[in-house]
Order: sequence, then C-alpha cells, then structure tokens
Amino acid sequence: MTPTVAHFGKDLIGLEPLTGDQIRAILDTAEPFKEISERRIKKVPVLRGKTIVNLFFEPSTRTRISFEFAEKRLSADTVNIQTAGSSVVKGETLVDTARNLEAMRIDMVVMRHSASGAARFLAERIPSNVINAGDGSHEHPTQGLLDLLTIRDNLGKIEGAKVCIVGDILHSRVARSNIYGLIKLGAEVAVCGPPTLQPVGIEELGVHIFNRVEEAIEWADALNVLRLQLERMQSGYVPSLREYNRLWGISTARLEHAPKELLILHPGPMNRGVEIDSDVADGEHSVILDQVTNGVAVRMAVLYLLAGGAPEKAESAKGGAES
Amino acid sequence: MKKKTGAKAAARFADGAPILFRGGRVVDPSQSLDGVKDLLLVDGRVEALGKGLSAPDGARVVDCKGLVVMPGLIDVHVHLREPGGEHKETIQTGARAAAAGGFTAVGAMPNTDPPIDNPAAVAFVLAAGQRAGAARVYPLGCISVGQKGERLAEIGEMVAAGAVGITDDGHPVMDSGLMRLALEYAQIFGVPVADHPEDLGLSRGGAMNEGLVATRLGLHGKPNASEDVHILRDLIVAELTGGHIHLQHVSTRLGIDAIRQAKARGVRVTAEATPHHMLLTDEAVEGYRTEAKMNPPLRSRADVDAVIEGFRDGTLDVLATDHAPHHYDEKEQAFDDAPNGIVGLETALGLVHAHLVGPGVIDLSTMVERMSVSPAKAFNLPGGTLRKGSPADVTVMDPAHVWTIDADTFLSKSHNTPFNGWELAGRAVMTVVGGRVVWELE
Repeated sequence: MTPTVAHFGKDLIGLEPLTGDQIRAILDTAEPFKEISERRIKKVPVLRGKTIVNLFFEPSTRTRISFEFAEKRLSADTVNIQTAGSSVVKGETLVDTARNLEAMRIDMVVMRHSASGAARFLAERIPSNVINAGDGSHEHPTQGLLDLLTIRDNLGKIEGAKVCIVGDILHSRVARSNIYGLIKLGAEVAVCGPPTLQPVGIEELGVHIFNRVEEAIEWADALNVLRLQLERMQSGYVPSLREYNRLWGISTARLEHAPKELLILHPGPMNRGVEIDSDVADGEHSVILDQVTNGVAVRMAVLYLLAGGAPEKAESAKGGAES
Repeated sequence: MKKKTGAKAAARFADGAPILFRGGRVVDPSQSLDGVKDLLLVDGRVEALGKGLSAPDGARVVDCKGLVVMPGLIDVHVHLREPGGEHKETIQTGARAAAAGGFTAVGAMPNTDPPIDNPAAVAFVLAAGQRAGAARVYPLGCISVGQKGERLAEIGEMVAAGAVGITDDGHPVMDSGLMRLALEYAQIFGVPVADHPEDLGLSRGGAMNEGLVATRLGLHGKPNASEDVHILRDLIVAELTGGHIHLQHVSTRLGIDAIRQAKARGVRVTAEATPHHMLLTDEAVEGYRTEAKMNPPLRSRADVDAVIEGFRDGTLDVLATDHAPHHYDEKEQAFDDAPNGIVGLETALGLVHAHLVGPGVIDLSTMVERMSVSPAKAFNLPGGTLRKGSPADVTVMDPAHVWTIDADTFLSKSHNTPFNGWELAGRAVMTVVGGRVVWELE
C-alpha cells in the first residue's frame, strides 16, 4: 500500500509543517465522521483497544470535551489529566511526565500546555502519537482545522476566501494555525487588532494588516474573532475593555455597513460585549456553534489518521452511514 | 598527523622546570611580533624570545614546528557557578575547562548564590582558583549589594581583596543614577565597570530575539532596542563621568555603531564579542532548541554581520565566551522554562580560528589581540604579552589540528553547547600558566 498524503507523520504538532494536500485530506476525512455524532448510538469501533491520555496543563473545557467525545465515539479508552499550573505538575518535569506515559504504553497523547514548543518537546521523546491541543502562543492545529472546515462548509470553498483574524494575534495559537492553514489552502488572510498585540514580522507570513476594524469588515468574507484574555488589560497591552470594544469589538452596527454578508467565527469562550456583541454572536451570520460541532468531526479524523487509517477508507471504517 | 606532545613527556620534567618552545610561529601583537622564534620560560617568567636559544639544564624542550605560540588567552567573562551552583560547574572544573580551551586566565562573574558582593567572597573565589591549579581565576565583584541594583557594594574592599572589575552581570543596572555612581567611584581603584546592556522594560517576557522566527514559534521576543537603549545609556553616563565602561556580549548593529562613535569621541569603553553572536542567527532556535537560548539572544543575519565587522575593526576589542554552564536537566525543558546560556571555554579558540581566521576575516595577530592582549589591558591583568619578565602564561595552538566538537568530552561539568558536532581546524595543544603546563592535548 502506498501511503496517502494524509500520512503526515507520527504527530500533529501544527499546521505549519503540513502541505495543502495533507490539510485537505484531513478535512475530507472529517466529512464522513460528521455523521456519527448525528446517530442515535454515537459509537463506532474505529479506535477500539487504543488508549489515549488527554493531558491538559492549562484549563480547558471546550477543547478537552471535544477531544474526549471524539475519542469515545471512536471507542478508544481515555484518561483525562487536568492540572492547573504552568509547566510542571507537582514539581515533575515535562520530560518525566513523558517518560511515565511512555512506560504505561499508551497509544496517543492529546496535550495542552502553556509553553510554546511543549507538544513538540513531548513528541520528540515518546513513541506514542502526540496531538497538540494548544501550546503556548504557538499552534492549536485542530482548532485551525475546524475553522477551515467551517469556512469551507459555509462559503463552499476556501480558495480565494478573504478571512480576517481580529484581536490579540501576539498571544494567539489559534491565529497562527489559522494563518498557516488558510494560506496553504489558497485563502487571503488579514489580521486586525491593537498594534500592541500584533507580533513583529507577522506580515512576512503573507498576511495583510488592518489597523481599523471597519477596513477589515469591508474587505473580508469571514471574520475570526479572537477572545481577548482579560490579563492583557492587566499587563497594559490595552487600556480598558470598554475602549477595546469601542475600537475592535464586532457589533451589528459595524456589520450593517459591510458591503456583503460576513461569516462570523469565534474559537470560544466568548467575552460577550468585549470582542463580540451578543447580537452578533447569536445572529444569523454566526457559525460559532457549527465550529463546535465540526470540532468533534475534525478531531475524529485526526485520531483516525494518526492511528493509521486511510482517508478513502474512513467511510467504510466507521461502518457506513446509519440508515 | 599532529605531532606528539603527550602527557607522558610532561611527567618527566619537574613542575616549574624551564620550558623552551623551539621553532614555533610566535604571534604577540603586544610587541607587533609574528615570526618563527624560540621562547624560553624560567621561574614562571618569560626569560627570552629569540632565534637559536639554547635550553638550560633540566629544561623541557617543546618542538613547536608548525605550531602557533601566543601569550596566554584570557576570557574576561565566564560563569563558574561556585558558590551555589556546583551541580553546573565549580571553580576547579571551570578553571580546568578554561585551560583545555587554551585559556590561561578567566574573569569569574559574581552572580553566584550568594553573590560575590563583599571582600570575603572575593577572597574565597581567588583562593579556590589558586587551589584549582589550572587557568588563573580573577574574581569580579558586584556593582550593587546583592546585585539588587540599589546601592553600591564595597568596591574598594573587593578590589583590595583581589577583584579585577565590578559587574552585576545577569542583572543589568537599570538605575542610571546608580550606574553614574559606580562609574565615578570605581575610577579611583582603576577597575572597569562591566554591564550587561539590557533594558528590562523593552525585553520583558522575551525568550529569544524578536522577529519572524519568534513570531512563527510563538515565543516572545526581545527587540534589539532593549540592548541599544542600554548601550547608549551606558556610553552617555561613561562620557559624563569619565569612567571606564566595559560592555558585555554586544549583539546588535545599532549598539555597535554607538560604541564605534563613542570610541571616536574618546569615551573610555571596551566591549565584548562572543563566538556565538558571530556564528549563529536566531534561526538556530528553530525546533525550540534550548542550547541556542542565551541572553542576549542570537539575533538576525544583519546583526551577526555587524558583530563580525565590529570584532574585525576593533570596536568590539575583547573576545569573551560568556561561558554559562547549566545542568542537562535544566536545559531539557520547554523553551520558555529553560535557563539562558551556553558553555564556551572549550570551543572558543577553535571556532574563532576556523571561522574567522580561516576564511581571512581576521588575521592570527588580530585573534591574539582580541583574545589575549586587549582583555589583559581592559582589566589591567598581568599577561597578554610575551615580553621578557612578564608572567609565563602561554598558549600553544596547532592551527592544522582538525577535530570535532564532542560535548561529552568537555572538562566542564556542563555540556550545553549549540556547536556540538562542528568540525574545526585549530586547537590548543598546550596551556602554560606561570611556567607550569596546566593542560596538554594527549
């Protein structure tokens, strides 16, 4: 058997190292998996006998539960480790954590960590598959994939789409995964937000920069609105939430002036009234809940592919569609 | 094959017996000297330098044909970690690593635990250095008590105890008023004030150089400006006071321009270049390589070129390694969590020779100037010359010796280097301190 383009390696650390074809193959593989979550009995034996550890060093609800559903619906055995704290669990180093996991012969690790590079660090030290569920300000590849899938579902295609990411790009792993994925699939990408929260050299990644959100709205087909972490205000990147909302918040009033209807994405959790107003979040152009639904399908696809599955066999692997 | 200068030969001669280096290429820019000559060391001093010298009774004769004989190399910026960090390095292992790298003297940074901010602590470092019996260890004392940047430490007492300079290295002196006091006060003792130029406000949160690589990796960056601003501040305060500022590990293009201009105005400034800031860019961090994490960080290609040019033209007059040993556990972490610094004592000579002298960026004489003569001058150290009567500190290098850096063989306790596996031409084959052979390549 010749390996397919979807065989992107042992781990999923980020979208930057993947090719456009590899990303498309993951999105295509997610399509048949969407249907499992619509069944009465939401379980297929694709990962039966596999053990997966969900290792969350940072608090997470949405991503962790999404992964857990994806794993359980594919019949994997899962263990959740959620611990607060930045980089060390009870004084244990990341390398010791890695060795202990390896000693327990697990098949896959889904890890979130506050340090950029942590997922790669782990992946280089254990033979198990590692899926990055967010590492510092680096990447959050499954979020990027579910955003891509949602844009593709709603706009019909990604190629040529104009997507603007709004908010704190500097600290955002979601922004980086979106930028890599969108550009590889032929989208035009822009960023917009406070100049204090734009990383140096971001334009060299091939993105446009808008200083005013009105310009971004006029230009874009879709806005991906990032959460403003409240600590950004405490450390002085933005003077106040009120001012942030006034300058960069996505409101109905602003969207009314858009020349065309815009798709509104948000990776969650939302600060209603800060980066996004409630009537936008709950409005007809919001695809925020589609993102959540797609998240489970995308994560199933990633788990299936890393376990050695072939994209073209996904439909039969899950036992076809329920009649 | 390289010639035999085995340790067995050394054992046949009494410690302190005269040594005659015969027929080597003697490079001593302190006397504008570069030519084949003999060098005779007697009683810990340079006795004679000339052609056809005869060996006194009991002298060891070292055949130096094809070898380079130079005044002992001096690295004024090393971290020996003792007291407090003995799992990383001790004064003894550091002094031995220095000798193995061809250094006959090192300047020990005072940012230990506790810091070297009083005369008793200075005396401890000095005594431990003497006990080590390898490279000479010259202590530096802190500028401020506890390196807290609040008030001056007992600079006079520390100099009286043997400190050759003062620095809060690792902690930049952020208070410009305190820097002024230090530069004024230190002058009467004739020691330089060495500063780690970094504006902590501008570098806050940074783990590497600011730029595209940092942005891609999701790591926070330290902009060049954090170093530039502090260099300019130090130069201005040095000019105000007439004091001698020694700027450590300079890594930015604008900072180097500022030093060049200050020197032209007559400001008393000396400055360091490190091998890593001349040989690596921030791309070495790719893959979150913690062995490429140091402070100041590896910077852009334009900065690397500027450091090389500054080193070539003498704006950066001193080569220093910033030898910063760390235990492997400490570097085996996520990038943000790993400490700054790399070891440098055992690789510096080979790197400079292979990558700067080899391609003709600098000549051998300039290398010796930057690695021996200028450091001795900057810190008023004995050595840095082979004039008759000066200390018998000599480094012998085999410029044709091709070797591969293998961190596992380092005499340093730590192995944190980004240069592991590099193949180099040029290595110290013998290091002599005070007329004693303290290291010899097997």
